[in-house]
Amino acid sequence: MEPKKRIRPINWLGPSIPFLAALAAFVLGAFMLLLLGANPIEAYAALIDGAFGSMNSIADTVVKATPLLFVGAGICVAFRGGVINIGGEGQLVVGALAATLAALTFTTWPAWALIPVCLLLGFLAGAVWGAIAGFLKAYYNVNEILTTIMMNQIAVQLMNYLLSGPIMDPVQIENGSFIPQTARFPAAADLPRLVPTRLHLGVLLAVVVAILVWVLLWRTTLGYRIRAVGLSPAAARRAGIRVEQYAMLALLISGALAGLGGAVQVLGVNHRMFTDGSATGFTSSAGFNGIVAALFGQLHPLGAIPASGLFGAMLVGANKMQRVVQVPSALITALNGLVVIFVVSSEIWRRQLARRQEMGAMREAALATAPAGEMT
Amino acid sequence: MSLPVTHKIDSVALRNIVKRFPGVIASDHVNFDVKAGEIHALLGENGAGKTTLMRILYGLYQPDEGEILINGKPVAIRSPADSIQLGLGMIHQHFMLVPTLSVAANVALGLKSSRGLLLDLEVVSQRLRALSETYGLRVDPDAMVWQLAVGEQQRVEILKALYRGAALLILDEPTAVLTPQEVDELFVTLRRMAAEGHSLIFISHKLHEVLAISHRVTVLRNGRVVQTLNTAETSRKELARLMVGREVMLRVERPEVQFGAPRLVIKDLWVTGDKGLPAVRGTSLQIRSGEILGIAGVSGNGQRELAEAIAGLRKPTQGQILIDGMDVTGWRPEKLILNGLAYISEERFRDGVVKDLTVEENLMLEQHGHAPFARGIFLDFGRIASHTQEMIRDFEIKTPSRQTPLRNLSGGNIQKLILARELTRKPRVLIASQPTRGVDIGSTEYIHSRLVAQRAEQTATLLISEDLDEIRNLSDRIAVMYEGRIMGVLEREDASIEKLGLMMAGVSVESQESG
Repeated sequence: MEPKKRIRPINWLGPSIPFLAALAAFVLGAFMLLLLGANPIEAYAALIDGAFGSMNSIADTVVKATPLLFVGAGICVAFRGGVINIGGEGQLVVGALAATLAALTFTTWPAWALIPVCLLLGFLAGAVWGAIAGFLKAYYNVNEILTTIMMNQIAVQLMNYLLSGPIMDPVQIENGSFIPQTARFPAAADLPRLVPTRLHLGVLLAVVVAILVWVLLWRTTLGYRIRAVGLSPAAARRAGIRVEQYAMLALLISGALAGLGGAVQVLGVNHRMFTDGSATGFTSSAGFNGIVAALFGQLHPLGAIPASGLFGAMLVGANKMQRVVQVPSALITALNGLVVIFVVSSEIWRRQLARRQEMGAMREAALATAPAGEMT
Repeated sequence: MSLPVTHKIDSVALRNIVKRFPGVIASDHVNFDVKAGEIHALLGENGAGKTTLMRILYGLYQPDEGEILINGKPVAIRSPADSIQLGLGMIHQHFMLVPTLSVAANVALGLKSSRGLLLDLEVVSQRLRALSETYGLRVDPDAMVWQLAVGEQQRVEILKALYRGAALLILDEPTAVLTPQEVDELFVTLRRMAAEGHSLIFISHKLHEVLAISHRVTVLRNGRVVQTLNTAETSRKELARLMVGREVMLRVERPEVQFGAPRLVIKDLWVTGDKGLPAVRGTSLQIRSGEILGIAGVSGNGQRELAEAIAGLRKPTQGQILIDGMDVTGWRPEKLILNGLAYISEERFRDGVVKDLTVEENLMLEQHGHAPFARGIFLDFGRIASHTQEMIRDFEIKTPSRQTPLRNLSGGNIQKLILARELTRKPRVLIASQPTRGVDIGSTEYIHSRLVAQRAEQTATLLISEDLDEIRNLSDRIAVMYEGRIMGVLEREDASIEKLGLMMAGVSVESQESG
C-alpha cells in the first residue's frame, strides 16, 4: 500500500450527502413559501441574487460566513473531542470585548502591532471562557452544555456592563444620549480590506484557521488524542491518555477559535462595539449558526468552509427575498433548521450504507486465505 | 388466553439457499435439514454463515435463491411473524426481554389476551408453570426479569418460544453467556425438549458442546456446507479440521523455559469494586520472568478489579504492586505502559479498542506519541504505514486495509490486533484477561501460541480466564480466585480439574489437604 494514501475522514459519499439534504430542505421550503402565498422560484431567485448578485453581495455573504467558520472550526474540535460546546455566542462576545479593550487602550500603536495583539487577546479570552466550562466538566463532571449556555449569559451581561459604563463612548456621555457603544477604534485597528468592498482580511484568517484545525485533528498527536477521547473515553484512558485533560483542551480550543472570531468581527466589520442588550445584537446568532455549519460540514473543518459559505449566503439572501416576495426572513431560520434535520438524519443513512459496503469488503478479505498484509 | 396451536413439524429443510451480500456470498447453495426430535448442530467459525442461514430460516433475511420446506411443502417466510406462525422460534444471543416487567408479562407481551383488553397474567403464569414442569425449565413466572441471572433469562426466552407453540427452536450460541453449571442445566432441558418431539438447531463454534449435545452436526465454512455428520461417528479432531479447513493443534506446544527473578509482585492488595465494596481482598502473587500464572475462577470474584488495579485503572486501597522490584502502586496507565506493562482487557470493545477509529489508528493507541509513530507533535504517516503494515502481517490480522474502521473486523481479528499492539511493545509484564472469549478457533490457536511464545521473551504473564482448558493448557502455575481471595496456587502438574473445581467453589488448598 502506498504510504501517501492516508486517513480519509470524509468518505466518497460524504461530501454529496449534505447537498442532497440541503436540496431536500429547499424543496420542503418551497412548499412553505407556497403556503405563504409566494412564488418559490421567484423567492429562491431573489435569495440567490441577494447572496451572489453583485460584487458587494458576494462580499457580504463571505463576511457573514466568517464568524460561522471560526465558530464552526472550533465546534469540530469540541464535538470530535466528545464535548458539546453551545457557548459560541458567549465566546464570540468575550473575544470581541478583549479585542475592543486592547483597541481602545493602545490607541497610538501601529497596525502591525495592534491588530495581532487584539486578535491574540480575543483568542485568549475565548480560550478562558471555554476552559472554565471544560474544567468544570473534566474535574467536577458538570454538564458542559449547561455551563456553556450559562457562560453565554455571563458574557452578555459583562458586555452590557462594560458598554454602558467603563468603556462607553465619551461622546455618548457628553451628548447625554447614553447609547451603549464604544468609541470608534483607531484606524490602525481596522483589518485591511481585500477589495473595495466589506471583504476584510479576517476571511482569509478564518480559512487558514479551518485548515489548521484539520491539521491539528488529523495530523498531530494532540488531535489524535482528542479524537480518541471523543470516540471512546474508556479505551483512551486504558491506553494512557488523560481523558480529563483532553476533554478540557477540546473545549478550550473551541472557545479560543470562537473568541478569535469575535475579535475578527469587531475589527473587520463593526470597528466599535455596541449592544442591544442581547448577544444576538453583536453576534447575529453566529455562535449557534456556527454549530449548524459544522454539523453540515460533517464535523470536518474543511467541510465547514463551504458550509459556512452556504449559511452566510442564506442569511444575506434572506433580506433580498423578504423584500422581493414579502415573506418573513425568519423563513430562512426555518430553512436552516430543515437543513440540519436532513443532514443529521441523512448521516445515519450514510453510515448504514458505508457499514454495509465495508462489511462486504471485510468478508471478502476474510474469505481470502492470504493474510491482509500481502493483499495490498 | 387461548392456547396456542401446537404445531406439528416432522421436518424442516433448506434447499440450495443462496444469500449474497455486497462483495460476498454469505450462503452458497446450502442444504440443511432437521427432523422432529433431533438436535442438529450448526458448527462453524465466526463469519462462516451460521447466523445468516438461521436468519433466513427465521424470516429476518430473504434468500436470493433456494427454498424452505416444512413437512416437505415449500413455505414462504417473509418475516419473523410468519415463522412464528409456522411454529419456529429463535433464541438470540442477546436476549429480547423487558427488564422491568415480570416473566409472565414478558411472555404475554405481544400476544392476545384471553380477557380482551384486560391482562390475563394469572392465566399466563399458570400455563408457564405447566411448561416449566414439562421441560424442567425452573423459572418463577412472577419474578421480575431484572432480578434473574443470565441463565434464568435464557430460560425465559425458551419458555416464551414454547409458549407461542414453537415446534422448532433455533439457539444462536446459547452457551456463550452461561457458566459451566448453567450449560449443563441447559443441555438437560434441550434433551428433554428433543425427547418431547421438538426439533432443535444448535448454533455453536465450541466443539465439545456440539459433541455433547447434538445428534447430527453440519459444518459450515465460508458460507458453504463442508459436511453433515452423525455426531456419534465423528471426533473433536475431525470437526476442528472440517471447521478450520486444516489440521488444528488442540494443545499448545510449550517449550521449556528457564524462569528468572520475580517480575510482577503483588503484596496484600485490596481493591474496591464498582459497588463500593472490596472486590480484591488481600491478594498476594508473584510471577517470574518467562512464567505464565493462570487465574481460574468464575467471573465476578475480583479478577477484573485485580487486572484493572495492575493496569492503573483502579487505585488499590491497600497493598503494593511491584514490577522488577519497583513500586508502581497507584501509577497512572501512561507511566505503567512506559515501564513495560501490557494489558489485554476483558472488555475488548469498551476499553481495548476504539471502534470508530481505523485499524491503523487502533494499532498506535498507546504509542502514537513516540517514535516511530510521531515526529514531534506530528504523526509520521510514512512510518506509521510501514509499522502498522508489519504488525498486521506479523499477527495475521485479516483486514481489507490499514484504514478499515475497526468496527468491521471480526472478534478474533480485533483480539489479534490488540495482541499485536501490546506485544510489539516487548512488555515486561502482560495482563491477559479472557484473551480468547468469543474468539474463533483459528484465532484462539494463534493467540495461545503467541502467549506461550512470550515466555521465551522473559515476559511475566498474568492470564485470567474462565476457560479452564485454556488456563490448564497455557499456565505454568494456576491460582484460583474466590470472593477476592486467592484460594491457593498449584503447580501445573498438580492442578487437577477436581482440585481446581473445589477451589473455585471456595475450598482452599489447605483445607482440601487436611480434609
